[in-house]
Amino acid sequence: MTARAGLIGAGRFGRFGGRYVPETLIPALDELEVEYARLSADPVFRAALDSTLHHYCGRPTPLYYAARLSDELGLKIYIKREDLLHTGAHKINNAIGQVFLARAMGKQRIIAETGAGQHGVATATAAAVAGLPCEVYMGAEDIIRQSLNVFRMRLLGAKVISVESGTRTLKDAINEALRDWVTNVATTFYVIGSVVGPHPYPTLVRDLQAVIGREARAQMIEQAGCLPDVAIACVGGGSNAIGLFHAFRDDPVRLIGVEAGGDGLGTGRHAATLVAGSPGVLHGAMSYLLQDEAGQVRETHSISAGLDYPGVGPEHAFLKESGRAEYAAEDDRTALDGFQLLARTEGILAALEPSHAIGHLQHVAPTLPRGASVLVGLSGRGDKDVHVIARALGEKA
Amino acid sequence: MSRLASTFAALRAQGRRALIPFLVAGDPTLDATATFLDCFASSGADVLEIGVPFSDPIADGPVNQRAAQRALAGGTSLRDVLDLAARVRPRLAQPIVLLSYYNPILRLGLEAFGRLAANAGVDGVVVPDLPPEEGGPLRAAAEPNGLDIIFLAAPTSTDERLARVAASSRGFTYCVSLTGVTGVRDDVATDVGGLVGRLRRHTDLPICVGFGVSTPEHARQVAGVADGVIVGSAIVSVIEQGGAAAVPALAEFVRALRAGVDAAVA
Ligand SMILES: Cc1ncc(COP(=O)(O)O)c(C=O)c1O
Repeated sequence: MTARAGLIGAGRFGRFGGRYVPETLIPALDELEVEYARLSADPVFRAALDSTLHHYCGRPTPLYYAARLSDELGLKIYIKREDLLHTGAHKINNAIGQVFLARAMGKQRIIAETGAGQHGVATATAAAVAGLPCEVYMGAEDIIRQSLNVFRMRLLGAKVISVESGTRTLKDAINEALRDWVTNVATTFYVIGSVVGPHPYPTLVRDLQAVIGREARAQMIEQAGCLPDVAIACVGGGSNAIGLFHAFRDDPVRLIGVEAGGDGLGTGRHAATLVAGSPGVLHGAMSYLLQDEAGQVRETHSISAGLDYPGVGPEHAFLKESGRAEYAAEDDRTALDGFQLLARTEGILAALEPSHAIGHLQHVAPTLPRGASVLVGLSGRGDKDVHVIARALGEKA
Repeated sequence: MSRLASTFAALRAQGRRALIPFLVAGDPTLDATATFLDCFASSGADVLEIGVPFSDPIADGPVNQRAAQRALAGGTSLRDVLDLAARVRPRLAQPIVLLSYYNPILRLGLEAFGRLAANAGVDGVVVPDLPPEEGGPLRAAAEPNGLDIIFLAAPTSTDERLARVAASSRGFTYCVSLTGVTGVRDDVATDVGGLVGRLRRHTDLPICVGFGVSTPEHARQVAGVADGVIVGSAIVSVIEQGGAAAVPALAEFVRALRAGVDAAVA
């Protein structure tokens, strides 16, 4: 694993990426880049991380052939079960890795932002394992939407800080975490939750999540005897999708990222950054973002708090423009359909985020060759979402 | 010679330090902002710093965040701020420096921004989320138009980085006094003199200090070590309290800051 694998130029994916942050943070980013390169090549550090991912988090996760879903859609569908990981989503792969880095770098305090609460829970968990104090910034709006995860973080010993500024959602939580980091940069490690932010974060988080695709690729060869024709995953910031895609980047595999279409692209109430956004700078990186004609970042909407973000990782912007990956958007309704389809055919309650990928698969199945093999990244489980789903379906939970 | 260069040269010749008050354009309205700028100019300001409101101001504390939200609620855009600059330019002698996050500038287009800002009579631009290594494209768009791009130095900057900040800056260099975001503080950071001294080894450009400078006494302390004193959140607080009627309070505060700055060298 090298710090610059896949990068073109210093911290750039084509014209995307870079470091658009206050000068105060640049030395800390330099330090992180150097320490990450050193530690990721250190066999002792790697062994401790791999052992924890195995014995504590539950890696490798299964690759599951979804027979009934496959029959229903006329495809061969393989599901990568990140929902079975400790804490219930792929977020733990990244959180454990970054918190172990923080500990090895001698940092005394962990901060993180969270939207759905999954990254906050994962970071609070990792901080507990490492014995470090943890504070999580969360938009006041999301605290209401994802109260179960707020309680989980508190039980894990983390302090949850309500963010009242701006749109009171994930983007403002990241702003507030960045302000905290600017102020406490000497002692504090900022565990960012997706492949976003200034270099080296998009690369660092990609490398930590690439285990998803590495395992899935080997499992496909072993279980299916071939690579998938298509790999598909949901895209919020883009960490589970890049984690799945990375191992297939040089293979003849179609890569599809699915964004949140919210109420529909036509309504303006969505979070489809790559599909409907334009290039710009947010949270330290040049990438795509949802913005108005004056360059102000727009409010987003999605039924899934984890996809409700106006930015996206710079590597996805590069994959979109280079044509190596394609991106689609599915609305709240389709995500709910996808959720119900998977529950009914396979007995899996998925999180609403990857339910967008299932919903998209349902839409595109008729356009794929019959019997095509599809690898789906199931990034998390749906326990956190049952209240939202019940309300959306007009039922009491 | 650029307007910034001649202003600082004149001050230096008189043994004086610059007072640079800051406000957020459009807070509470663009007309009020024009009045406030007149007030700054007649109350002892040497350079006028105009903030362009942005939805995600990561280098700002709560006071400037709230000001930006008020300005955005009124629909203030970068184009509006350039129009405002053009409107006040003919009647004000002081250099005008914009402070804008990078995305509104990118969205307008670097070329267009360089041209429009220069035509509006803007003299310099500070971009708090643009370190020198990312600043090449903006500098390339600004320099042919005579627009100075000012980079920031921070207490965490290594000597190598200070050299880069100094070498990339035109007009003056902006020294961030503290490790943190903008805001009203009780005290001036203790090591400001040290940071200015480290930066001084790399540049003959004027060095102006901002972030956290909140009172006339702070202004006096900072003017003792730097060429200019930038006062932001404390002024924005006066505007927050007074709204469009803040002019008398603003005039009084800026005059007091002026007295503080002048007391340092007297
Ligand atoms: C289960 C799950 N999937 C996906 C996401 C979106 O993040 P990313 O696009 O970085 O994978 C989240 C974010 O909270 C999540 O909880």
